[in-house]
Amino acid sequence: MAQQQTTNYYVPAQSYWPIVGAIGLLFIAIGAGTTVQQIGSEASSGSWMLTIGIVIIIAMMFGWFNDVIVESDKGLYSAQMDRSFRQGMSWFIFSEVMFFAAFFGALFYVRTIAIPWLGGASNNVMTGQILWPDFEAVWPLVTTPAGDTTTAMGWQGLPLANTIILLTSSITLHIAHKGLEENNRKKLTALLAITVLLGVAFLVLQAEEYVEAYRHMGLTLSAGVYGNTFFLLTGFHGMHVTIGTIMLFVMLWRVLKGHFTPERHFAFQATSWYWHFVDVVWLGLFFFVYIL
Amino acid sequence: MNTASATQDEHEIEHDHKPKGLMRWVLTTNHKDIGSLYLMFSFLMFLVGGAMAMVIRAELYQPGLQIVEPNFFNQMTTVHGLIMVFGAVMPAFTGLANWLIPMMIGAPDMALPRMNNWSFWILPMAFSILLASLFMEGGGPNFGWTFYAPLSTTYSPDSTALFVFAVHIMGISSILGAINVVVTIVNMRAPGMTYMKMPLFVWTWLITAFLLIAVMPVLAATVTMVLTDKYFGTSFFAAAGGGDPVLFQHIFWFFGHPEVYIMILPSFGIISAIIPAFSRKKLFGYSSMVYATASIALLSFLVWAHHMFTTGMPVAAELFFMYCTMLISVPTGVKVFNWVATMWRGSLTFETPMLFAIAFIVLFTIGGFSGLMLAITPVDFQYHDTYFVVAHFHYVLVTGAIFSIMAACYYWLPKWTGHMYDERLGKMHFWASVISVNVLFFPMHFLGLAGMPRRVPDYALQFADFNQLVSIGGFAFGLSQLIFLVVLIKCARGGKKAPAKPWEGSEGLEWNMPSPAPYHSHTTPPEIK
Repeated sequence: MAQQQTTNYYVPAQSYWPIVGAIGLLFIAIGAGTTVQQIGSEASSGSWMLTIGIVIIIAMMFGWFNDVIVESDKGLYSAQMDRSFRQGMSWFIFSEVMFFAAFFGALFYVRTIAIPWLGGASNNVMTGQILWPDFEAVWPLVTTPAGDTTTAMGWQGLPLANTIILLTSSITLHIAHKGLEENNRKKLTALLAITVLLGVAFLVLQAEEYVEAYRHMGLTLSAGVYGNTFFLLTGFHGMHVTIGTIMLFVMLWRVLKGHFTPERHFAFQATSWYWHFVDVVWLGLFFFVYIL
Repeated sequence: MNTASATQDEHEIEHDHKPKGLMRWVLTTNHKDIGSLYLMFSFLMFLVGGAMAMVIRAELYQPGLQIVEPNFFNQMTTVHGLIMVFGAVMPAFTGLANWLIPMMIGAPDMALPRMNNWSFWILPMAFSILLASLFMEGGGPNFGWTFYAPLSTTYSPDSTALFVFAVHIMGISSILGAINVVVTIVNMRAPGMTYMKMPLFVWTWLITAFLLIAVMPVLAATVTMVLTDKYFGTSFFAAAGGGDPVLFQHIFWFFGHPEVYIMILPSFGIISAIIPAFSRKKLFGYSSMVYATASIALLSFLVWAHHMFTTGMPVAAELFFMYCTMLISVPTGVKVFNWVATMWRGSLTFETPMLFAIAFIVLFTIGGFSGLMLAITPVDFQYHDTYFVVAHFHYVLVTGAIFSIMAACYYWLPKWTGHMYDERLGKMHFWASVISVNVLFFPMHFLGLAGMPRRVPDYALQFADFNQLVSIGGFAFGLSQLIFLVVLIKCARGGKKAPAKPWEGSEGLEWNMPSPAPYHSHTTPPEIK
C-alpha cells in the first residue's frame, strides 16, 4: 500500500483549447447548416462561417496537441495517462465503426428488404402492381421505381487498384511502426513516407473514379438509392482517408523533427490504429458496395 | 519516478486553489465544476422544455384552437421532446457522473479532463442553434422529436439543416462525454476497487456510456441521411428512388431504443444507492443487479422495431420483437424485486431522497407495466400513436428518470454544497410533485385507450374532461418545480452545516470525504476495504 502512495495522480491544468473547440463547432454547425440552406442562391455567408469554423478547429487541434506534446516531453504524464489516451482512441474508433455500420445497415436493408418489397415480395404484391408495375427489383438498382437510370460501378480497374493500395499501405505502416519500436529511424521514415504517398494515391484514384461516375456513367449522388449508398459510403470513407492521410503526414513531419521513442509514441499508435480501421472499412466497402 | 512525482506534487499545489471568476467555469478541467455546469445547464433546459410543455397543456386545456397555431404547436411538441431528452435528462446524468464517479472509484478526476470541458461546452452551442431555429423563417423543427421521414425530409421547414447540424455536435458532445466515462471507470479505479466492488451507479454508467458510444453515431448517420434526402436529392427514405420511409424508422429506433435505456440505467444506479442508505441495509443482490443491467443493455439492441409494429413488418419479425421486448421485463423485474427486498425488514426513514426513490420504484413500475402492454403486438395496433404511449413514456421518463435525478440531487446535495437542504421544503416539493404528476399523466392512459391521438392541437369533444384534468396536473407539476429551484438555491447559499456522512446508512468512498468535497477529489489513491 505504501508503495502505491507514490503513484501520484496527474491532473492537467486548465486550457483554452476546449472552449475554442466548442466555438469552432458552433461556427461549423451554423455555417454548414446555412451553407446547405443557401444551395442554389447567391448568398455565401454560410460557407464563410463554415470556413471560419474549420480554421478554428484546425487551430485548436494544433494548439491542443502541441500542449499535450510539450507536457508529455516534460515527463508529466504517467503510464496511466498514456493508457487513458489509448483507451480513449480505441473507443473513438469504435464510435466510428458504428457510424459506418449505420450506412452499411441502410445498404443491407435496401438490398434485402426495400427493393424486393417494391418489386412485390413478402406481403407486398399489390405495392408492386399498383405503384410501379414495371419496376424490376434488381441490385445494383440501375432503374429506380420512378424511372431514373444510372450505371453501376464495376469492381475491376480503379476500385481494385485502390484496394491493393490501401492494403499495401496498412502493411507499410505496420513495418514503419516496427521500425519505430526497433528504433530504426530510417526504416520508420521511409515506410511512413511511402504510406503517406499511398494514401494520397488512393485519394487521387478515388477522385478520378468520382469524375468518371459523374461525367460518363450518370452515376450521381441523386441517382436513386444505388447512387445514394455508393456515394455516402465511399464519400465518408474517402473523408476518413483524407483525415487519416493528414494525420500520417503530421506524424511524418514529427518523425522528421525527431519526435517519438520506442516506448512513447501514442500519437503514432493512434494514427496507425485509425489507418488500419479505415482500411478495414474499405474492405467492407469493396465487398458489399463494389463486388456483391 | 521520484522526480516525476515531485513535479506532479508541485503541479497539484499550484492548482489546488480554485481559480476565480467567470473564466474558472469556461476553462475548468475540474470534474466537480464540469459536473455542476452540466447540472445547472440541464436544470435550465428542464425549465425551458417545461415551459414548452405548459404551452402544449394550455392549448389542450379545451378542445378547439385557442392559443397557438397548429404549426407552432407541432414545434412545441418537437422541441419539448428534443430538449427534455438531449438537453435535460442526458446532461443531468452526465453531470451526476462527473461529480460522483471520480469520488466513488477513488480517482483524482475524470480520465480526460480537458475533453470533459469540451464535451460540456458543445452543449450550450448545440441548444442555442436548436432554440434559435424556432425564430427563423418557416419556424423550427415541427416533425416530432423522432423526426420521421417524410415529415423531416419532404415536409420539413427550411431550418432542418440547422437541426441536423445541432444534433451532430450534440452527438459529438455525448460521444466524447461517454468515452471519458468509460475510460475513467476502466482506467482510473483506485487499487483494490475491483469491478464487483464498484457502486452500482458506476456500473450502470459504464454500461450507459457503452450504449452511448454505440448508438450516438447511428443517430449522426440518421440525421445525415435526412439532410441528404432533403437537400441533396438522395432517396434513402423515398420509395420512388428505391428507398423506404420505414428504413428511417429502423435506423432511428436502432439508436432510439438503446437511447431509452441510456436515460434510465443511471437511474437504477441512483436508486440502488439511496434505497440501502435509508433502509440501513446492504443492497439485496448486488451481483444480480450488475448482470440485470448488462442484460437490459444487450437486449436493448434487439427490440427497436417494437416502435414500428404498425408499419407492416412480416409477422415473424413482429413476433421476434414482441418476445424480445417482453424479455426485458425479466431483468427489470429482478431490479424492482431487489429494491423491495432491500427495504424488507430494514429500519426505514423517509427523508426526501428516499421519498423520491420509493416513488420512483412504484411509478416507474407503472410505466414498465404500460410498456409491457405496448409490447404486445396485437394490442399495440390499438395503442399505437395514442396518448397511451405518451402516458407510458412520461411515467418512465418523468417519474422514472427525472424523479431519480431529483432523488440524487437531494441525496448528494450535502456532499456537493456542504449544507443540508431544507427538509421541509424538500418534502413539500416531493408531495406537490408526486400528486400533480399523477394527475398529469395517469388520465392520459384513459385518453389513449379511448383513442385520442398524440401530437394534435385539437381533439374530439369527448376527451375534454380528462384533458382539462391533465392540464391542471401539468400546471401544478410545473409550478412544483419552482420549489425545487428554491431548495437548490437555498442549499447552495447556506444552511445547516453538513457532516461528512449526513446519511447514517450510506456507503461509498464519497462519504469518507469532508462536505463540501475538496476541489480535487483523491490526490492519492484511497484505501479500499
